[in-house]
Amino acid sequence: MKLPLGMLLAAASIILHAETPGPIALRGARIVTVSGPVLEKGTVLLRNGFIEAVGENIDLPKDAWVIDAQGLTVSPGLIDALSTVGLPETPQSPTPSRSTAEPSFGRQEPAMPLEQGPEFRPFTTSWVRAADLVNPADHRIEDARSAGFTAVAAFPANGIFAGEGALLNLSGEKHGRMVVASPAGQYLTLATHGFGTFPGSLMGVLAYIRQVSCDADYYKLAVQAYESHPVGRTRPNYDRAVEGLLESPRLLLPAGNAVEVDRMLRFAAELKRPAVLYGGHEAYRVADKVAQSSIPILINLKWPERPKDPDPDEEESLRTLVLQERAPSTPAALRKAGARFAFYSGGTAPKDIRKAVRRAIDAGLAQADAVRALTLSAAEIYGVADRMGSLEPGKIANLVVTRGNLFDEKTKIEYVFIDGVKYEPLPETPSNDKAAEKERPAAGGLP
Amino acid sequence: MKRFAWLLLAWPLVAGPATVIRNATVLTITKGTYQGSIVIRDGKIAEAGEKVSVPEGARIIDADGGFVMPGIIDCHSHIAADSINEGGVPVSSMVGIEDVLNPDDPDIYRALAGGVTTANILHGSVNPIGGKCMVLKMRWGQDAHGLIFEGAPPGIKFALGENVKRMGSPSAFGAAPGLRYPASRMGVEDVIRESFTAARAYQRAWHDYQAKVDRHEQAVPPRRDLKLEPLVEVLEGRRYVHAHCYRADEILMLLRVADEFGFKIRTLQHVLEGYKVAKEIAEHGAGASTFSDWWAYKAEAYDAIPYNAAIMVRKGVLVSLNSDSAELMRHLNTEAAKAIKYGGLSETEALSLITINPAKQLGVDQRVGSIEPGKDADLTLFDKHPLSNYAKVEKVFIDGQLYFDREKDREERPRKELRKKALIDKLKAQEKQDKKKPDASEKKGDQPGEPQ
Repeated sequence: MKLPLGMLLAAASIILHAETPGPIALRGARIVTVSGPVLEKGTVLLRNGFIEAVGENIDLPKDAWVIDAQGLTVSPGLIDALSTVGLPETPQSPTPSRSTAEPSFGRQEPAMPLEQGPEFRPFTTSWVRAADLVNPADHRIEDARSAGFTAVAAFPANGIFAGEGALLNLSGEKHGRMVVASPAGQYLTLATHGFGTFPGSLMGVLAYIRQVSCDADYYKLAVQAYESHPVGRTRPNYDRAVEGLLESPRLLLPAGNAVEVDRMLRFAAELKRPAVLYGGHEAYRVADKVAQSSIPILINLKWPERPKDPDPDEEESLRTLVLQERAPSTPAALRKAGARFAFYSGGTAPKDIRKAVRRAIDAGLAQADAVRALTLSAAEIYGVADRMGSLEPGKIANLVVTRGNLFDEKTKIEYVFIDGVKYEPLPETPSNDKAAEKERPAAGGLP
Repeated sequence: MKRFAWLLLAWPLVAGPATVIRNATVLTITKGTYQGSIVIRDGKIAEAGEKVSVPEGARIIDADGGFVMPGIIDCHSHIAADSINEGGVPVSSMVGIEDVLNPDDPDIYRALAGGVTTANILHGSVNPIGGKCMVLKMRWGQDAHGLIFEGAPPGIKFALGENVKRMGSPSAFGAAPGLRYPASRMGVEDVIRESFTAARAYQRAWHDYQAKVDRHEQAVPPRRDLKLEPLVEVLEGRRYVHAHCYRADEILMLLRVADEFGFKIRTLQHVLEGYKVAKEIAEHGAGASTFSDWWAYKAEAYDAIPYNAAIMVRKGVLVSLNSDSAELMRHLNTEAAKAIKYGGLSETEALSLITINPAKQLGVDQRVGSIEPGKDADLTLFDKHPLSNYAKVEKVFIDGQLYFDREKDREERPRKELRKKALIDKLKAQEKQDKKKPDASEKKGDQPGEPQ
């Protein structure tokens, strides 16, 4: 009997997380395609790591492993639009280097004299690629999967030009298999390292970024000119900082409060490079501006909170209080204004993600828009909507299967599929053990 | 909070085409003082005089015998910006205040409450050549771009003396990893000279490139250097230099270097020993923006005298009084009054120090600084004569819009308190509810929180 054996093998291969599982059908489920209408009772067929078919009436191949999914909801796997999950926790990316002379992996930086400027490329590792740093053994992968995430946009996070990110599938196997798209963009911070260094202030950082951007334009021109007529011409210096910037399809710029959002929208327009903002807690104040700019914004799901143990004599300002109240209304405001946005965990523990999303829903965001912000919108922002983010034939078989609506309070995540392979969530562990908690920090997001 | 501010401020805009302030003593600064009215239309002063033609449907504001003067102009301030000092390099001309404007800074509103309508926001004073400045109007409630005094000539901060050379001292700002050049006044001069030498070469490189392009020759443009570009603008007279200085010797040094390179120092800031070299300052054509009676806070500020402003005025220097402080900014009118006590300036001369003179120094005197038809309706209404220390600011207009109203402010306060209390209660209730839910976890990873 060949068929049952095949099915057995298929089942076994799933357990072993093999690379090419046989066809799998989830039948009778409520299917949230995101790109199209919700199917109240439909079937999703997966094969070779892809979605082969989605519909109410699908002819299933005989060798398909059919999972009775009645009463379950199938949604596209969640994408954390900004994360360090899957990358080494103590980044192997070099400590911010102040010199372009040599890579400084594992080397002690010599103390540099202070009278330096942009040309020394301070705090820049723009050439470091997340795709080259992937760590399939990162335990945070399993935590994220258990919360319904199947992919992350992972970025090196240190420095001003921190490095090039990658879209990673959270399959936690071979690192080459995990990379879906690279480079996904250049992660920038506005980090300063004290008064005595350059850049030592916010305006210094912005001036530095502006100069590097100018240098990139010049570099392109100079290299082109040299390549076309190298004879008898001075060779332009190789500049890895600028190379990293030129490779990046978009810049990720931090913008938390309304002033910063406004500032970064202008800055991005001035740099004339595709940009994505991240942070956005106060973007509700400037939702129309974000919409008009057509620059997408990634919203941090770690909503501002009241201090845990506040000084009773210390009074928060009205502005701080208003922000605490209104931050979760940002997604709804952006949606209403027609702005493009997605969510990122931003240090929220994976198990608290859905609670954080519910705050946005309570503040006026439709369930469907919340799902989109964690799936298709993220894929669109990173230019990978052709392969992930929705349940459509031909897309990567990244799915999350829940009992109940994805973000309902009582909903339980049954399992996820990544590249067509099924992963069960971790059993819920009591989190009393502080030492264990410390060893395994649940959060894996960029702030 | 912002929404509330807008409700408060939006009404004069929609109230009609014209506003008339009447029953006021009007201190025009440039055209004398009269009892009468001011007509505001489209953000400008349309008419000013004892008798004016009141347009139909105009909104009438009764000044109730109060005093109207031009909005106060502060030639030296550091408010409304998220960063001020780029201190690690001796030349930080690549940075600029425009990049970091913070329209949410409550000091803007407080400045308004002191009658200030325009301020020059400068970079700090730890670099011989500092960052680019920004002239702002105190348009509280608008975004960063809305604060910018449109059309005001761009500026840049220079600094001499102790603050600059201190970065070269081993005790500089605590744990600095090394020392920064310069460490002496000689070094300061050197940095400025070197920088303008480099700027000249950069200017020439672009001229050569442009010449080649004009001759239709193949040419690669020079690399853009954002540090040198503002200095070329200085050389070409397109960017004003506002130079922080104290001692007479360093003032003369700077004027000589500027003469040598063929550019002008627009203003000397602080310039506490200006009275010693007032003739030379006037000859160069530099303005002086000083303090009334603030000195001895460091060695180079020991030789200051409160007669400084008056002496420089008498020697033909264009003088203003500035705050350099978010607090002092709120009572520049009484700072001006001190120039009457010390040095015997006339009332108009004293008030000029905080109105038309700084307007001239910032190159915006065609727009603001006095009450004349055609100028921006930037006006401050005091209940008493602004040179009295009993005077309070009642209303402040910028571009004809009411941006500060003491009465409204008073009414707003209890409402804000109530809102605050309601918010605290609401957030506390939410916290309690969250704690009850089973999936609410207290556990947090050791991830950093929100940046900045």
